[in-house]
Amino acid sequence: MKRCYKTLLLLAIVLIISMVGAGCGQEKPVLNVYNWGDYIDPDVIKDFEEEFNIKVNYSTFTTNEDMYVKLKSGGTSYDVAFPSDYMIEKMIKEDMLLKIDMNNIPNYKNIDDKFKKLDFDPNDEYSVPYMWGTFGIIYNKNVVKDKVDSWNILWDEKYSDQILMLDSQRDSIAVALKKLGYSMNSKDLKELGKAKEELVKQKPLLLAYVGDEVKDMMIGEEAALAVVWSGDAVYMMRENTNLDYVIPKEGSNLWFDNIVIPKTCKNKKDAELFIDFLCRPDIAARNTKYIGYSTPNKEALKELPKKITEDKVAYPSDEEVENCEIFNDPGKFVKEYDRIWTEVKVQ
Amino acid sequence: MVNKIIKKIYTFLIFAFLYAPIIVLIVFSFNNSKSRGVWNGFTMRWYIELLKDQEILKALYYTILVAVLSSAISTFIGTFAAIGIYNMNLFSRKIVLNINYLPVLNPDIVTAVSLMTLFRFVNLELGFLTMLLAHVAFSVPYVVLSVLPKLKQMNKHLAEAAMDLGATPMYALRKVIIPEIMPGIVTGALIAFTLSIDDFVISFFNTGSGVTNLSITVYSMARRGINPEINALSTLMFISVLVLLLIINKRSSKDSKGGMISYEKML
Repeated sequence: MKRCYKTLLLLAIVLIISMVGAGCGQEKPVLNVYNWGDYIDPDVIKDFEEEFNIKVNYSTFTTNEDMYVKLKSGGTSYDVAFPSDYMIEKMIKEDMLLKIDMNNIPNYKNIDDKFKKLDFDPNDEYSVPYMWGTFGIIYNKNVVKDKVDSWNILWDEKYSDQILMLDSQRDSIAVALKKLGYSMNSKDLKELGKAKEELVKQKPLLLAYVGDEVKDMMIGEEAALAVVWSGDAVYMMRENTNLDYVIPKEGSNLWFDNIVIPKTCKNKKDAELFIDFLCRPDIAARNTKYIGYSTPNKEALKELPKKITEDKVAYPSDEEVENCEIFNDPGKFVKEYDRIWTEVKVQ
Repeated sequence: MVNKIIKKIYTFLIFAFLYAPIIVLIVFSFNNSKSRGVWNGFTMRWYIELLKDQEILKALYYTILVAVLSSAISTFIGTFAAIGIYNMNLFSRKIVLNINYLPVLNPDIVTAVSLMTLFRFVNLELGFLTMLLAHVAFSVPYVVLSVLPKLKQMNKHLAEAAMDLGATPMYALRKVIIPEIMPGIVTGALIAFTLSIDDFVISFFNTGSGVTNLSITVYSMARRGINPEINALSTLMFISVLVLLLIINKRSSKDSKGGMISYEKML
């Protein structure tokens, strides 16, 4: 019986600890933030809490779709979230976002104008840019002697079994569409059919379709060519100096992660305070340093060391991104992408 | 002779298969690089950073809190449910047992979404409480299943004999039945505890803002690459489970000796 009491005592202690933990949070206003994993400098959150005496409840998600499901199902009260471009378009369409009052975000002026009024939020009502990037080809300079400037190199038989493609239907189909000179938001079944043929043709040359492990494979020099996002390319090139990154001349994808206020928000004022805080030049610079992706904040760029801002991978020139496109929300057309991708994968 | 060697190789292969991933994980927790592919020299840096990482520590706190509470609650509920089921007549016992099997066989995702729908239906804000309730819900059937066999092994007349000798039913339950089925209860509690620690799907759907457990945190790192701090944390958890196991083994071997002695004394 003694043991039983001990267990009960332990339980009571645990309960008390949990109560204390919950009790502390209730005195201050609470802000619920929903962000990608490892996508903010943790000290920035601490500084915000201290400056405004607001407690930040921070949670993380893995994909836009995960976040969408959580917000759509309700029952939670996230005040701030960080979806990507096409997901913002979808959420606006489905009336899941609140309009942000830009008067409460004076630091919005620090955002470079070329990142405002983008297709997914044409009037700048719902979102504030947080990070952006491109995707392109990373290659090993010691193995690939040809000039890499086109998607065509991924179809070159010389590099058979040394090429990695992304295991992601939208991105891989986009590569094939761009190679053929079509828009990557194409809804033309004939164009998509041709893109499928290209992917089928390419498949025997591939080493694999990969996900996150692409970083380790390229750093470990297991493959010579891979399709990756610019943010990851910066990290890979730092770990292995033989690597280089290009945005093919046919153009590629330009992506954005923006800050939004979902309709589940209970604390809009503090949410806007938080967004404004993230747009401050020094705070944006710290986040950029921590994450390693590209910031849309032009004042923050001035505070960052030249080594970061002059990196052509993270901050390509305007000509380089000229042919780049932002993904649209395909809506119900996503079924066609699913079909094509399945047909490619079963070949 | 050859037979013996083959046996040894076979055993070795099985253990290599089971433990090779864990060994690699432990080795790479000391790697001086964020990459998992390249060895860059020895470092303790990830262990130091782990201790400073509020997000991971908070997730660890919630994971353990939920695991302890949910295994305690579900063990309590499950044990008494098992005793009740055991005393039913054959027909209703069969029905109840089959109902009990359903959640075990059900895919996690179905349990997760249906629980979430239920919580939404009764207008419960998703958060710590809903996550705890969900974990209790999926653990109870396992406890029932691990306690029932012990009840079947028990001599039916023990409790009756105790009551014949003047014990109240409650006293007989506490002093006779529970000690007899204790191994089953402990097994059930351990199963509930481990199930709770490594659950992802059900937790993901049933948690709200600010409450995450380790599996959600680790999974959410996939986009930016899993942080080696996770390797460090996994190593620490593996070692603590190992130590716990050794202590329990030592204690139970002592206990069984102690049991023998007292039995002899009684004689």
